[in-house]
Amino acid sequence: MPDHIVKAYDKELESLGRKIAEMGGIAEKMLSDAMDALIDFDTRLAQATVDSDPRLDLLQRDIEEQAILTIARRQPMAVDLREIIATIRISGDLERIGDLAKNIAKRAIKLAGEMHIPRATIGLRSMHESAAMLLKEVLDAYAERDAEGARAVWIHDADLDALEDSVFRDLLTFMMEDPRNISFCTHLLFVSKNIERIGDHATNIAETVVYLVTGETLPMDRPKGRTTLSEAPTTVV
Amino acid sequence: MNDVSNLKPAPEADSAATISAEMPAQEAESRATISADPPAQEPAPKADSPAKILAGAISNLEQKVTVRNLNFYYGDSLALKNVSLPLCAKKVTAFIGPSGCGKSTLLRVLNRMYDLYPKQRAEGEVLLDGVNILRPEQDLNLLRARVGMVFQKPTPFPMSIHDNIAFGLKLYEKLPKSELADRVEAALKRAALWDEVKDKLYASGLSLSGGQQQRLCIARTVALQPEVILLDEPCSALDPISTSKVEETIDELKENYTIAIVTHNMQQAARVSDHTAFMYLGELIEFGITAQVFTSPEKKQTQNYITGRFG
Repeated sequence: MPDHIVKAYDKELESLGRKIAEMGGIAEKMLSDAMDALIDFDTRLAQATVDSDPRLDLLQRDIEEQAILTIARRQPMAVDLREIIATIRISGDLERIGDLAKNIAKRAIKLAGEMHIPRATIGLRSMHESAAMLLKEVLDAYAERDAEGARAVWIHDADLDALEDSVFRDLLTFMMEDPRNISFCTHLLFVSKNIERIGDHATNIAETVVYLVTGETLPMDRPKGRTTLSEAPTTVV
Repeated sequence: MNDVSNLKPAPEADSAATISAEMPAQEAESRATISADPPAQEPAPKADSPAKILAGAISNLEQKVTVRNLNFYYGDSLALKNVSLPLCAKKVTAFIGPSGCGKSTLLRVLNRMYDLYPKQRAEGEVLLDGVNILRPEQDLNLLRARVGMVFQKPTPFPMSIHDNIAFGLKLYEKLPKSELADRVEAALKRAALWDEVKDKLYASGLSLSGGQQQRLCIARTVALQPEVILLDEPCSALDPISTSKVEETIDELKENYTIAIVTHNMQQAARVSDHTAFMYLGELIEFGITAQVFTSPEKKQTQNYITGRFG
């Protein structure tokens, strides 16, 4: 696309894009650090994850202010307008992803002393892999303005939902086996919910990227996953 | 009307089928590209986006004016190249584009203002209610009473506010004095000027501010009860408050009139119009629902222009 006649306009848009990229990097790192801390009982890493959240909040506020200023100053149209609205929306999603990762890190600190069953986190690890992949792919799609890539993320979030179902069943089984497991399994349940919601935010970002690139909005209802709770693969019975 | 004998078979304005069959080629093409959108791979049936539903809606509207394959020449130079588009009834259509793109020329064709100048000529058809106004036997005074025009610079006559409006009325109609006063008042109200001038109707029109003068010109146009109003950059010489008042006037006028507006101010086009035509170098590049043109235009050239890029 050709440059704007007013060069400062291009600089403002580039700066917004860079800040989204930075937020994306921080959010990805927070998620993977939080999960590492949870699985390795690493309270120091968990605390570092919690401490990096304010940076994300600050960036989001920054992006919002800058976007509002650009709208006021330039009265953006068409792709520029979509671009700016996209940065506002995506920064909101990334900020929420940071909050959810921070929540996982906080639980990691609480759980460090009392984790009993290592295999209880296996399902969470696959959920994490899946969510991290969605997040990475959607951030790539944003960086490359790739609507097809974003559409793929939007569809594949269903896999994450299916994984959550199976983690839920696993944790339920551990709790039924021994009531002493209930406390930490409940924490892990929240962790799985957090990861699932991170996937939802990745999906939101995917929708925004499709809108940014094509100007079209995706249908309200996403195709449902191949598996539902009733037909989920029964790993533990 | 005295020219009934020249009527060509008029398109049946109320039949959607007739209209879509007669839809100008340009629009048909742009709509074709919309519907040719490749289906995505998701299994759920893909709902049409609101913009697409809107785009389809244009063809269902009654066309007050239909421009077909219009070419326009200033001497030997071609200023409009095969332009086809509708002005839908009781809608505001904005013409945008860089200087020299032909948008003012197009406006001037719609009431044959160009006839005042030698060596300017138009080819093609401009149908007003199905009748071609470009044919030589068209009564120009009648045409200009039906298709009124407001210019870039306010052009009040050097007479009182009242007479500015009454002058045109007296030319076209014989009205008793009381009715004349009513018509003047109605026109001033229409143009959102009445409250500001009701106590000084016999002051000179030139004593008004620029914004008021422009609204006086709109009132003068409205007084003749035209069917179509052409506005050629009506706000370019006005301050923001007067601009808002003129825009408010346009909003009210479109309840009863079909309006075409040429503007260099893209935000204004986005604010006041229902449909937008983007022109470039004498060609119509894109015609569509304003909401869509300004959020996701179909053509790269439109996008580059409205976002302030050089393409």
